[in-house]
Amino acid sequence: MPFSKAFLGAATAFLLASTAAYAEAELTVYTSVEAVDLDRYKETFEKAHPDIKINWVRDSTGVMTAKLLAEKDNPQADVVWGVAATSLLLLKSEGMLEPYAPKNVEALDPRFVDGDKPPSWVGMDAYVAALCYNTVEAEKLGLTPPTSWKDLTKPEYKGHVVMPNPNSSGTGFLDVSAWLQTFGEEEAWSFMDALHENIAAYTHSGSKPCKMAASGETVIGVSFEFPGAKAKTSGAPIDIIFPAEGSGWEAEATAIIAGTANLEAAKTLVDWSISKEANEMYNVGYAVVAYPGVAKPIENLPDDVAEKMIENDFEWAANNRARILKEWQKRYDAKSEPKS
Amino acid sequence: MTLAVDFLPPGRALRQQISDDDRLKRAVMFVVGIYLVIALAIPLFVMLSKSLSTYTFDLHQFEFQVSDESGGGWSDPVTAAALNTAIAAFPESDLEAGADGRLQAAKLFADFSFRSPVRYRIRGTSEEAHFLAGSQLVRGTEWKEYDSNHFRRVMLRPSRSVGLSNFTEYFSTPSLVRSIKNSVMIALISTAVTLTVAFGLAYALNRSRMRGKGAFKLIVTIPILVPSLLPGIALVYLFGNQGVFKDLLLGHSIYGPLGIVVGSVFFTLPHAFLIISTALSVADARHYEAATSLRASRWRTFWTVTVPGARYGLISAAFVVFTLVITDFGLPKVIGGQYGMLAVDIYKQVIGQQNFEMGAVVSVILLIPAFLAFAVDRMTQRRQVALLSARAVPFEPKPRRGFDAACFAFCSLVAIFVLGMIGMCQVAALVKFWPYDLSLSLRNYAFDLMDGGGWDAYYNSIRLALMTAVIGSLIVFTGAYMVEKTKGFGLGRGAFHMLAMLPMAVPGMVLGLAYIFFFNNPGNPLHGIYGTMAILVLCTVTHFYTVAHLTALTALKQLDPEFEAVADSLKIPFYKLFFRVTLPVCLPALLEIAIYLFVNAMTTVSAVVFLYATDTKLASVAILNMDDAGDIAPAAAMGMMIFYTNVAAKLLHAVVARLLLARTQGWRQVAQTAVPA
Repeated sequence: MPFSKAFLGAATAFLLASTAAYAEAELTVYTSVEAVDLDRYKETFEKAHPDIKINWVRDSTGVMTAKLLAEKDNPQADVVWGVAATSLLLLKSEGMLEPYAPKNVEALDPRFVDGDKPPSWVGMDAYVAALCYNTVEAEKLGLTPPTSWKDLTKPEYKGHVVMPNPNSSGTGFLDVSAWLQTFGEEEAWSFMDALHENIAAYTHSGSKPCKMAASGETVIGVSFEFPGAKAKTSGAPIDIIFPAEGSGWEAEATAIIAGTANLEAAKTLVDWSISKEANEMYNVGYAVVAYPGVAKPIENLPDDVAEKMIENDFEWAANNRARILKEWQKRYDAKSEPKS
Repeated sequence: MTLAVDFLPPGRALRQQISDDDRLKRAVMFVVGIYLVIALAIPLFVMLSKSLSTYTFDLHQFEFQVSDESGGGWSDPVTAAALNTAIAAFPESDLEAGADGRLQAAKLFADFSFRSPVRYRIRGTSEEAHFLAGSQLVRGTEWKEYDSNHFRRVMLRPSRSVGLSNFTEYFSTPSLVRSIKNSVMIALISTAVTLTVAFGLAYALNRSRMRGKGAFKLIVTIPILVPSLLPGIALVYLFGNQGVFKDLLLGHSIYGPLGIVVGSVFFTLPHAFLIISTALSVADARHYEAATSLRASRWRTFWTVTVPGARYGLISAAFVVFTLVITDFGLPKVIGGQYGMLAVDIYKQVIGQQNFEMGAVVSVILLIPAFLAFAVDRMTQRRQVALLSARAVPFEPKPRRGFDAACFAFCSLVAIFVLGMIGMCQVAALVKFWPYDLSLSLRNYAFDLMDGGGWDAYYNSIRLALMTAVIGSLIVFTGAYMVEKTKGFGLGRGAFHMLAMLPMAVPGMVLGLAYIFFFNNPGNPLHGIYGTMAILVLCTVTHFYTVAHLTALTALKQLDPEFEAVADSLKIPFYKLFFRVTLPVCLPALLEIAIYLFVNAMTTVSAVVFLYATDTKLASVAILNMDDAGDIAPAAAMGMMIFYTNVAAKLLHAVVARLLLARTQGWRQVAQTAVPA
C-alpha cells in the first residue's frame, strides 16, 4: 500500500515539524540594562512570545564588552539586548554580529540604526550627557550654575567638577567624542585642557559623578540624565543641566550574535525589541527612545531631551576610539597626580 | 653458610623496599601536586606568554590598486609596506597596536581626497589579513573595490604576533610606570606605620599589666573579617567631602595616598599584630634581670633585649604587610582617587579597556615585588633559631602604674580607630540619604534594586565560602599529610613543598587574570568550569593555599613519628592510622584551616573579580560594583552583611572547637591504654 506509506511519512514529518515549532526556545541574552528593569523587560516580552524564554546574563557595559570579546571564538550569547551601540560596533568589527533587518526597522529614527544594510544592530533608547548640579553645596560655596560645556572651565569651579574617565567608562568616552565632534579636534582638546584644571576626580563609572553630586561629594557631576532624574526623585538637592552646545549620547541597542543556534527565536526577539510596545516599555526609564512619537516626558527631565542630542557619528567614534583614548591618556592621566 | 655465598653471583644492591603504603602515599601526593600544577603553575605560565602576545600592523599583508580619474586604468598592485616606505605615512611606533588598533588606509596615499573620482582596490596577500570597510569586517585575498568616499572609511586591522612590544609600550606610558613607584611607596609607608602600631599593641598586651587585654585582642582582629573595600568606604564617610571629621584633614583630600595608607593600616593591622605578638609572647626573664643588674636603662633594655628578641617576628610581619598592601586592589579602587596603583591598573586595563595583554604585562610586573618579598622572608625564616632554651625563665611583667595607663590609652586609641571605621559603615548603611536626610531606613539593604547582583550575590558568597572551607581543608590537609609523612622521595616532596608555598607570592588579581587566559580557552578540556562556581572555588582554594598548608604542617609535625613506626610494624595500613589517630588529633587544626578559608572566601575580591558570572556574583564583588556605580551606602550595607556573617562563623567555630577539644581529651585517655597494646 504505497499510498498509505507516503501518507504516514507525511504525517510523521508534519508531526515532527509541529513539535519543533511548539518546542520552547531558550535564548541566552547578554545585557547591560539597569538591574531594576530586567524582570519587567523579560515579563513583557514573554507575554508577547510565550514560546521563547529569556535567560539574562547581566553586567555593566565595560564588563559585558570584555566578556563578549573574550568569548569571540566560542560565543555563549544568542542575542545582545541593551548594550551600548559603540560596544556593538566593536563586536561588529570583529565579525561577531549577524546582520538582520528586523520587521518595521524603517519606522525607527535612522540615528538609532546601523548604517549598513542589512543593519548589524538596532537601537532601543538613548542616554544623553548631562550635568548634575548640587544646589545646596553650590550655594554654600557661592557658585552660579553653568549653562554650557565651556562654562565648566571657569576658575570658580576649580576642584568642584567630577567626570568619568573615558578609558574605563562609556559615558566618559561619549562626552569626549561629542566634544571632538562638535568643537572640532583642536578646540576640543584645548577645552579639555582647561577643564582638566577644574576636575577633582575622574571616576571609573559613568553614573558615579552624578551620584557624587547627589550626595554632595562634589558640586558638578558630568554624567547622563537617567541617574540624575532618579537621584532627584529620591530626595537629592540637584538640578539636571543640559549644556547649550548640545549633548553627546549613546544608544542602547540590540543585535544577534553570529552563529547562534536559535536564529529564528533571536530574530523574533529583535523584531519585538524595536516594536512600539517595546519602546513604550523603554520609556519608563528613558526619555529618548528609538521609535518616534512614543516618548512621554519623564519625571524631573525636560520634555525636549531628544533635541539636546548632537549628530553622533558612531562609526567615527568607534574607529577613532583607540587614537582618542591614547591622546587623552597622554594629556591627562600623566598629570592627574593628586595635589596632597 | 659463608662458603655457600661465595658461589653466588653478586646480587642487586641493597635498597629499601617501597611498601604499598608508600606507593599509595606518593600517588595521593602526586594527585594533589597535579592539582597545584593545573590550578597555579600552568595558568601563570599561560599568562606570562599572553604578556608577550602583541598586535602589529603587518603592512606586507595588504595590496592596493588605484584607478585613474575616469575610474578605469588600474595601476599595478602595490603593498601597503611599499607605500609607507615611499611617503612615511606611519612611523614605526604607530605600527605597534593593541587589539583594537586601526590604521586608515587612505593615509597611505598622499594625494587622497574623498571627493576625487579615483577608485581604489584593496586585498589581503594572505588569509590572515583583515580590514574594516566602515565597521564591516572583511577578510581574504579577493580584490575589493571602493570609490574614494568609501575608501576613506577603510581601516586596516593589526594581526597577532609575539614580542616585547607590550613591555616597551608599558614603560613608555608615564601614567602606568608611575604606578610602580606609587605602589612601592604606599606599601613602604603603610608597612612602617602598621608595624609601629602593631608593635605598640603587641608590646602593651604582652608586657604590661593593664586591664581589658582580652577585649583589645578581639577588637584588633576585627579587620580580618571584612573586605579591604570596607575601610575605603568608611573613610569616605569619615573624611570625604561630606565626611563627619572632614575638617581634621585641614583641606587635604582623603582620596589618594592618604586614604590608601590609613585604610591599609586598618586592614593589615591584625596580620602584623598576630605575628609580632607571637614573637613578643616568649621572652626569657633572665635577659631582663641581667639588664637590670648591669644598670641598663629601660630605653636601652628595650633596644638591646626586647627588639632583637622580636626581630624575626618583625621581619616576617613587615613582608606580610608589604605584600598585602602592594597586591591589594579593593582599597585603592575605592579611596585611591587618581593615584595609580599596580593592582588597580590591572583591573582598569582588563575591565575598562579590554586590553588583556596589557593587563598581563602589569601582572608580570606586580609579581616581581611580591616574589622578592616572599623570597627574602623565606631566607630570614631559615636563619631563625630557637630563642628559648630549656633553662629559660618565662618573663612576667610587673605592674607599673604609669606605664600600664599609657598602654591602656594607646590600645584604646587603636580600638576606637577600628571600631569607629566599622561603626561608621553600619551608620552609613542605615541612613536614608547621606548627608541630606539622616533619618533611619533599610532602603540601602534593597540590594535587588541595585547593580551588583542583589541578595543572590550574598547567598552565593556563603555557598562559595562553605564549599571552599570543606573542599579546601580536605585538599590542603591531604597534601600536607602526604608531604610530611612520606618517607624518602625527597625530590618529589621538595617540589610539592615549593608548589604549596607559591600561592603566597601570587597576587589575587594576577591569579584571576591567569585563570581567564587558561580556562577560557575552548581548546582546554577544563573549559567547562569557566563561569561556574567550581572555578571560583578552585581559584579561592589556590589563592589561600599556603597559609592553610603551613597550619596543617605545624599540626602534623607535632605528632610523634612513632605512631607511623608502630603502625608499620603492626602492619596497620596508613589510612587506618590516618582516620583513627592523625585526623582526630589534628581536628582543631583542620577546623582552624576551614574557618580561615571560610572568612577569606567571604572577603576576597581580587581573586574572583575576573571570574564571576551572572549567576555566581559574589557579595564582595557586589560591594565593588555598587561603589563603582556610586551606590556607596548599599555597598557599606553589603560589607556589614559580610562582617556579621563572618562573626557568626567565628562564634560557631569557637563553640564547635571547644566541644571537639573536650572530646579529643577523652579520646587521649582511651588512646593511652589502646595504642601501646
